[in-house]
Amino acid sequence: MKVLVAVKRVIDYNVKVRVKSDNTDVDLTNVKMAINPFCEIAVEEAVRLKEQGVATEIVVVSMGPKACQEQIRTALALGADRGIQVETEDKLDSLAVAKLLRAVYEEEKPDLVILGKQAIDSDNNQTGQMLAALAGLPQGTFASEVKVADGKVNVTREVDGGLQTVALNLPAVVTTDLRLNEPRYASLPNIMKAKRKPLAVKTPAEYGVEVASSITLLKVEAPAERQAGIKVGSVEELVEKLKNEAKVI
Amino acid sequence: MSILVIAEHDNASLNAVTLAVVTAAKAVGGDINVLVAGTACGSVAEEAAQVDGVSKVLVADNASFQNQLAENVSLLIAQVGKGYSHILAPATTTGKNVLPRVAALLDVDQISDIVSVESADTFKRPIYAGNAIATVQSSAAVKVITVRGTAFDKAAASGGSATVEQLEATQDAGTSAFIGEELAKSDRPELAAAGVVVSGGRGMGNGENFEILYSLADKLGAAVGASRAAVDAGFVPNDMQVGQTGKIVAPELYVAVGISGAIQHLAGMKESKIIVAINKDEEAPIFQVADYGLVADLFEAVPELTSKI
Repeated sequence: MKVLVAVKRVIDYNVKVRVKSDNTDVDLTNVKMAINPFCEIAVEEAVRLKEQGVATEIVVVSMGPKACQEQIRTALALGADRGIQVETEDKLDSLAVAKLLRAVYEEEKPDLVILGKQAIDSDNNQTGQMLAALAGLPQGTFASEVKVADGKVNVTREVDGGLQTVALNLPAVVTTDLRLNEPRYASLPNIMKAKRKPLAVKTPAEYGVEVASSITLLKVEAPAERQAGIKVGSVEELVEKLKNEAKVI
Repeated sequence: MSILVIAEHDNASLNAVTLAVVTAAKAVGGDINVLVAGTACGSVAEEAAQVDGVSKVLVADNASFQNQLAENVSLLIAQVGKGYSHILAPATTTGKNVLPRVAALLDVDQISDIVSVESADTFKRPIYAGNAIATVQSSAAVKVITVRGTAFDKAAASGGSATVEQLEATQDAGTSAFIGEELAKSDRPELAAAGVVVSGGRGMGNGENFEILYSLADKLGAAVGASRAAVDAGFVPNDMQVGQTGKIVAPELYVAVGISGAIQHLAGMKESKIIVAINKDEEAPIFQVADYGLVADLFEAVPELTSKI
């Protein structure tokens, strides 16, 4: 079985972002970038499926400027077999990415597509669902367990009240939640080997996909700062403040 | 303008988060219809018809919609919703699962998790784990939007008198099936809707120690939440997680116990009105957002707090 994994280059999750002074966007110059944590979990799940003998080939795809090849190489070092970069300098919204992914899906014909549930920059949580809709596939979002058997994939999903399990006909789209697995680290020999793995570079035009968005970013602001609080010396003082000052209990 | 609000429900009663979405719909302005898709969901439709501001309730009562499978429900919403200017759903796991699929079927971009309505086409939403607020404008023919429930007041659950219309609808994509669910049982208020939330982190040490938080929560009539560290360590189930990847809460009072305050956790609770932090590490980042901080050992401070309120 062939697995397609989508990865996104995003700001490292430990970095505290700063909004630009002209409020056009956040400042990403000289900021550490990395694979989106949920995408890392997606790669790990694909690699585990391969180790179980379920998957035979893992193709990793990323959309964006040349720099996102770094993240594809990381995925190759983690165990993916080959990479595809769809090169564009345009800022892509989820629908455009989903359309590009559908084109890659049509070309590669994988049995399973794994994505992260959301990217930690845009916090959209849309692409996997949109791809599933465009390609006419079932979806298993927010997966915390994935079991492939008999032409189906059983996905346990993290939902608001607890867990829900659905059975999906293959091919299907799965998006990963945090507890699906713990991603491994790339070893140095594997990082070296990854440099020789194939990486194809394409463009949205080659796929005939229009990447324009109907959403315009008007302004980016820093959130309202909370007023500095106080430290209380004892539990009594805390109870007194909550009762008489904040009046919340 | 006409707005279709997707009702969140369990086939028996309307989830209160839907009321917050109706408030967002009122801010957009226009005729508000509510779609209830499910099985034997007549009581939900009756509840929805009472909600202030709703003019019509559309009911799609069919076995294919019983468990809100995205493959089936999205086909229905796309079919019903294409005549509307806006489709709004709560940013719950159900809304997030279904709505992007609807948007793609309608070939429009989607806007996730809005926290304010600036005008009929302009909205604010948090990005980068709530560390920036983006103002976005949509030129899409149908604006497909999920709404952060904690950012809007709830519309009155009574006072409305909407007409109820049955839809003869069946949409079965035939590609997915519901197998089962394991829902966490709790007598305490629902986390996302609670007025007071008490949360524990890694500092709790183990799952048994959460008992002292449950005692405090019961005294305050509060829901109990957790940080990702506490969930990953297996202290509590994942549906208790508050944060960027868990639930977003905005109670009157949030008590963070043994939680350091990583940005991913703050993304889920920093809109709370009053934040109290109890932590023995006075350098913990949680103290930078806490209105009242107490540097103390939680195993002494929490039982003492419980006894004094």
